[in-house]
Amino acid sequence: MNRLILWFNKTGSPPLFDRFAARWAPWCFAVAFMGLAIGIYGALYSVPADYKQGESFRILYIHVPAAWMSLFIFIVMATQAVIALVWRIKACENLAMACAPIGAAFTIITLASGSIWGKPTWGTWWTWDPRLTSELVLLFLYVGVIGLYNAIEDRRAAARAACFLALVGLVNVPIVHFAVEWWNTLHQGETIRLIGPSKMDPSMMWPLLATALGTKFWFLGSLLQRARVLNLEQESGKDWVRNSVGMSNSEY
Amino acid sequence: MNGLPASPTPSLMACARAQLERDLRLVWRRRGDAMQPVLFALMVIALFPLALGNESPMLARIAPGVLWVAVLLAGLLTLDALFRSDLEDGSLEQLLLSPVPLAWLIAMRVAVHWTVTSLPLLVLTPFFAELLQLPRDLLAPMMLSLALGTPLLSLIGAVVAALTVGIRRSGMLLAVLALPLFLPVLVFGAGAVVAAAQGLPWMGAIYLLAAGLAACLVLAPLAAATALRIALT
Repeated sequence: MNRLILWFNKTGSPPLFDRFAARWAPWCFAVAFMGLAIGIYGALYSVPADYKQGESFRILYIHVPAAWMSLFIFIVMATQAVIALVWRIKACENLAMACAPIGAAFTIITLASGSIWGKPTWGTWWTWDPRLTSELVLLFLYVGVIGLYNAIEDRRAAARAACFLALVGLVNVPIVHFAVEWWNTLHQGETIRLIGPSKMDPSMMWPLLATALGTKFWFLGSLLQRARVLNLEQESGKDWVRNSVGMSNSEY
Repeated sequence: MNGLPASPTPSLMACARAQLERDLRLVWRRRGDAMQPVLFALMVIALFPLALGNESPMLARIAPGVLWVAVLLAGLLTLDALFRSDLEDGSLEQLLLSPVPLAWLIAMRVAVHWTVTSLPLLVLTPFFAELLQLPRDLLAPMMLSLALGTPLLSLIGAVVAALTVGIRRSGMLLAVLALPLFLPVLVFGAGAVVAAAQGLPWMGAIYLLAAGLAACLVLAPLAAATALRIALT
C-alpha cells in the first residue's frame, strides 16, 4: 500500500492517534507561542503608528489573524465533516467536532477586537455592516454545531448530525455574505473600508504574518489536544487508554 | 427480498397521494392546533404597535420587517411538530423503510407543513398589512416575497427539524440552528419590500428568492432525508 495512505489509516486508529496528538500538540503550541510573541512584540513596539489611526490600528494584528482563522476553521471543519460522513472515520468526526469550539473562540475574538477597534475609528461599537453581520452569523453557526453535538446522547450519532449541520452551514456562509452585501446596497450603508493587508507597508506587514502563523499553529495544537480528549473519552475503559493516561488497573 | 412475496412497489404519485391525504386528515382532526400559527403571528404583529407607539408613518416603515419576522417566527414555532408525532408513533421508521425514496415523502410532508402554517398567513397578509398600515402599493411585493419565501423557510426548516428529531427537548436548539439559515431568506424577502418602499427596483431580490426556492425544492428534501437517516441510526 502507498505509504501515505498507510500513514493516514494508521493514524486514524484511536491508540495511534492518541500517541500522535500527544506527541505533536506541544510542538504546535511552542511554535504558536513563538509566532504570537514575536508578532505581538512587533505589533506593539517596533511597528510605527499609523498616520491616520494612530496607535489604535495595532489591534489589527489580533483582529485580522483571528478573522482569517474564523473562516479557515469553518472550512477545515466542513472538510473533516465530509470525510467523516462519507468514509465514517471516527478520528475525523472527533477532529471536526474539536474544530467548532476553537472556531467559535476565534470568531468571538474577531467580533470583540473589531468592536473595540470600531469605537475609536468609526465612533461606534457595532454597525450592521455586511462583514460584521456575516461574522456574527458565522458565530451562530458554530454555536449551532456545538449545541447539536452536545444535545445528542450517543457520541457518534451526535458527531454525524453536527457534521451534517456544518456542511449545511458551509453552503450558507457565502449566501449570507452575498445576501447581506446586497441588502446593504439598498439601505444607505456607511462606506466603511477595512485596511487591506495588500495595501500595507512592508514594515507593518511582518508582525501580521507572524501572528497569522502563530494562530494557525495554535489552532493545530488546540485541535490535536481537543480531539485527543474526545478520543480518550470515547475509548475510556480500554486498556490502552489506561496506559496512556498512566493509570494502573487497580486505580481504575 | 427476505423470502417475502414481492409486492409491487407503489408508484410515486400513489404514495404522494396517500401521504398527503393522511397528513391533511391528521391536521383536520386537530383543527384547533392548526390555527395556532395564525394566532401567534397576529399576536407578534400586535406587539409592535403596542411597544413602539402607533404613529402611522413609523408603522408603515417597519411593517415589511415586522410582517416577515412574524411569519418567520410562526413557521419556526411549528417546525418541531414536523416529524415529532411520526417519531413517537413509529410511522417515521415505516417511512424510512418504504421502497419509495424518503426525500419524496419528506417533500410531501413539507408541502403539507407549508399549506397548514404559511398558506393561511399568506391569505391573511393583506389583513395584517392593513393592521400595520403598510402602503397599499407595497402589498404586491410583500405578497410575492412571502409567497416565494415561506416555502423556502419550510424546506430549510425541514432539514434542521430532521437533524434534531431524536432530541427530546429540542425547542431552543431548533431555533438556534434554524435562524442563521433563515437569515438570507429574511434579508431578501424583507429587502425586496424595503426596496420597493424606497422606489428602487425590487424584482432582483424576488428573482434570487425564486432561484433559491428552485434550488431548495430539489436539494432540501434530499438533505432532510440524509439528516433523518443520520438522526435515527
